[in-house]
Amino acid sequence: MALNIQDVTKFYGSNKVLDQVNLTMQKGEFIALLGPSGSGKTTLLRIIAGLQFADGGLLSFDGEDITGTEARLRRFGMVFQSYALFEHMTVAENVAFGLKMRPRATRPARAEIGSRVQALLEMGEIGQLADRYPSQLSGGQRQRVALARALAIEPRLLLLDEPFSALDTKVRKGLRGALRDLQKRVGIGAILVTHDQEEAFEIADRIAIMADGRIEQFDKPENILKAPATPFVAEFLEGLGAWQNAGAGI
Amino acid sequence: MTHVLTTGLVPSGPTRRGARRVLPGFGLTLGISLLFVALIILLPLSGLAFQMAQLGFPDYLNIILSERTLAAFSVTISAAALATVFNATFGLLLAWVLVRYEFPGKRLLDALVDLPFALPTAVAGIALVALYDKSGWMGMLLEGMGLKVAYTWWGIALAMIFTSVPFGVRTVQPVMESLSPDMEEAARTLGARDLQIFRHVGFPQLWPSFITGASLAFARSLGEFGAVIFIAGNMPFETEIASLLIMIRLEEYDYPAASAIAGTILGLALVILILANIAQGRAARHLNGGK
Amino acid sequence: MTAATVTHAPLHPQIAAFHRRQRLKRLALILSAAAFALLVMGLPVIAIVARAFQEGLAVYAANIVEPDTLHAIGLTVLTALIVLPINIVYGIAVAWAITRFRFPGRRILLTIIELPFSISPIVAGLCYLLIYGATGLVGSWLDGWNVQLMFNLTGIVLVSLFVTCPFVARELIPLMQVSGRDQEEAALTLGASGWQTFRHVTLHNIRWALLYGAILANARVMGEFGAVSVVSGNIRGETMTLPLQVQLLYDDYNATGAFAAATVLTLIAVITLVLRSLIEARHPHAS
Ligand SMILES: Nc1ncnc2c1ncn2[C@@H]1O[C@H](COP(=O)(O)OP(=O)(O)OP(=O)(O)O)[C@@H](O)[C@H]1O
Ligand SMILES: [Mg+2]
Repeated sequence: MALNIQDVTKFYGSNKVLDQVNLTMQKGEFIALLGPSGSGKTTLLRIIAGLQFADGGLLSFDGEDITGTEARLRRFGMVFQSYALFEHMTVAENVAFGLKMRPRATRPARAEIGSRVQALLEMGEIGQLADRYPSQLSGGQRQRVALARALAIEPRLLLLDEPFSALDTKVRKGLRGALRDLQKRVGIGAILVTHDQEEAFEIADRIAIMADGRIEQFDKPENILKAPATPFVAEFLEGLGAWQNAGAGI
Repeated sequence: MTHVLTTGLVPSGPTRRGARRVLPGFGLTLGISLLFVALIILLPLSGLAFQMAQLGFPDYLNIILSERTLAAFSVTISAAALATVFNATFGLLLAWVLVRYEFPGKRLLDALVDLPFALPTAVAGIALVALYDKSGWMGMLLEGMGLKVAYTWWGIALAMIFTSVPFGVRTVQPVMESLSPDMEEAARTLGARDLQIFRHVGFPQLWPSFITGASLAFARSLGEFGAVIFIAGNMPFETEIASLLIMIRLEEYDYPAASAIAGTILGLALVILILANIAQGRAARHLNGGK
Repeated sequence: MTAATVTHAPLHPQIAAFHRRQRLKRLALILSAAAFALLVMGLPVIAIVARAFQEGLAVYAANIVEPDTLHAIGLTVLTALIVLPINIVYGIAVAWAITRFRFPGRRILLTIIELPFSISPIVAGLCYLLIYGATGLVGSWLDGWNVQLMFNLTGIVLVSLFVTCPFVARELIPLMQVSGRDQEEAALTLGASGWQTFRHVTLHNIRWALLYGAILANARVMGEFGAVSVVSGNIRGETMTLPLQVQLLYDDYNATGAFAAATVLTLIAVITLVLRSLIEARHPHAS
């Protein structure tokens, strides 16, 4: 068991946006958080990342309590919806950032950082872009840089907030497969936030369907399709049949 | 109001295309502008250029390289440099606090930042003396610590600090407001500490505006007069600033000397501003997309 | 726990510690900024008021109604009354020309408009003496007609115009750049005359920015010291504006009188800042 979320609750003022969320994730698993807009997906992901803190509940990772651990100490790689690339740094500098920020004792030597960055860029098939600035990249390329940057810190968990939402359908499908391959190759767990049902069902080992700050159902895609746990899930997944019948699933 | 009713009713495409001179008033407004610019800005400036050209280079050097002038330059430039460094630093702090936090008294702090622009320099000058001479509140305090501010170089720097505070704040503030929180959070998930985030992520984006603010503060300090002369002591060779020396030469009807010093100060300020502009353009290039 | 109970469980100790650290950091930054502002900007204002009223209200009042000081106040107001309308007309004209038309030299004009801001007041005053003074290029010619421009009100007005002319223009240009053109063209096609279009459309759109620029320009006109002191001639009771009068009193060892006169200027500065604040709060895009 890698990540364990227990009774996590979050308020904005008196508005409860997460209501005792429970979720357990296995090592190397790929989980999708799926739900309509405003259901609390981003909030949950940010709490996992440590960018926000829960008002109640516990988070643990590999048995260690991380509920109050600061984001920078969690070593969870995060890909933002906007990618949040550092516009004043080249692609290589972006990817090297996390390594350079380490305290001296654990910071790799300069040459070591360079070769690791290059390896990551090659892995993401953007080796030739190392010296470009983010403003000189296409959307898909930016997304790859963001992913490489998150992976550079050798994260214990990968968090992705709608990483494909800014891309057109064709690029999106290609990158989806690439992400899935990469994640399996590196062997780390990943949590993907999306409101694209097709994406969730294609990519995830298990899917958590969220509504109004609660997890309505958390299960394997085929189980969810077979037996929706609540009327909400059933209704939410209407229309997905067409996708299945078209045989697009892997 | 008429425009509320009309917008959208008229297809703007064709009119815009031929809009070069569709709007009236070109001759009138350009005429007024050029007349004003010529009489109020360009003609007087040409007077200085003319006077300097008449002077000739050897005489110019003689004036500029005289010991008293050099001393005045060195006092002015060094004090202006200190004021600039000081304000650039505190400008960041003030801007940060104004942009990032809500707290009681924020409006007052915001208004105080603009005070040096609104308060006449002569008033600032006598106020600073009242505070820092040996019977003033701050003066007594500092004298106890062995530091004399009024009528020394420190007083000059202090007056320059006062008059150029707003530049340091107001140039970086809008850029700070537009910083994306995403980038900061990304840096945090990548393991950066607060100071590292500021140094490697926030500050590089502020840098162009930071240079602009610093250069404006420096240019302003170089030419500051009213706030400085009251607290400066005005001892030739020691606490005499360049602007005062111009004034003294004027009172002696030594227009060539006054012009030589003025031209040098003006040239220096313009060079600083132009250099800053170039540096700023260069730094800003990566931020918004060029090669 | 039912959904209705909004009782927060006790916070995780690490989270509580984190919030404490954040609060502490916030407090430290705010306090140091406030301390700086108070020390550098706040104290001088307090000192002026304290010194002006040091010898009591009666002495203060006597100092204010002193004929030379009253005359200086009058001259300062008169200067502002002449300079501001010219500035407003020039500001609108130059903004209109620059934002509504393309013409050769437009960029140069834009640069020249801003130029006075980077020229120090003493240098500005000197330039005026060199051209418009009795021995200057234009001045000596005018002298032949018995017209004197320097060392009197004209000189003060001219140099004040130089020092403050960018204020209105620099507020209007960016605003008019991004807005209004479509509306103006629409008004014209509906049969409004050029003047009507300007009055009902343009002026309506720019009125707050115009006011904002005028307020800043006013503060500067009334407070200008260096440039005015070069060209005013410093004739007691005649060409002394209020800032010059402050210096005169101060140099005459009448410090209390100087501070009393200074409170008038300080009051103008405070009013300027309050108005600025109000405009900015109501119309954030005006500046
Ligand atoms: N900073 C905030 N202050 C107040 N309420 C907030 C804040 N951020 C989010 N919320 C509210 O919390 C709820 C959950 O928001 P969240 O961003 O987690 O939704 P989401 O599932 O990610 O939606 P989307 O698919 O649109 O991104 C929403 O009702 C939102 O309005
Ligand atoms: Mg979201």
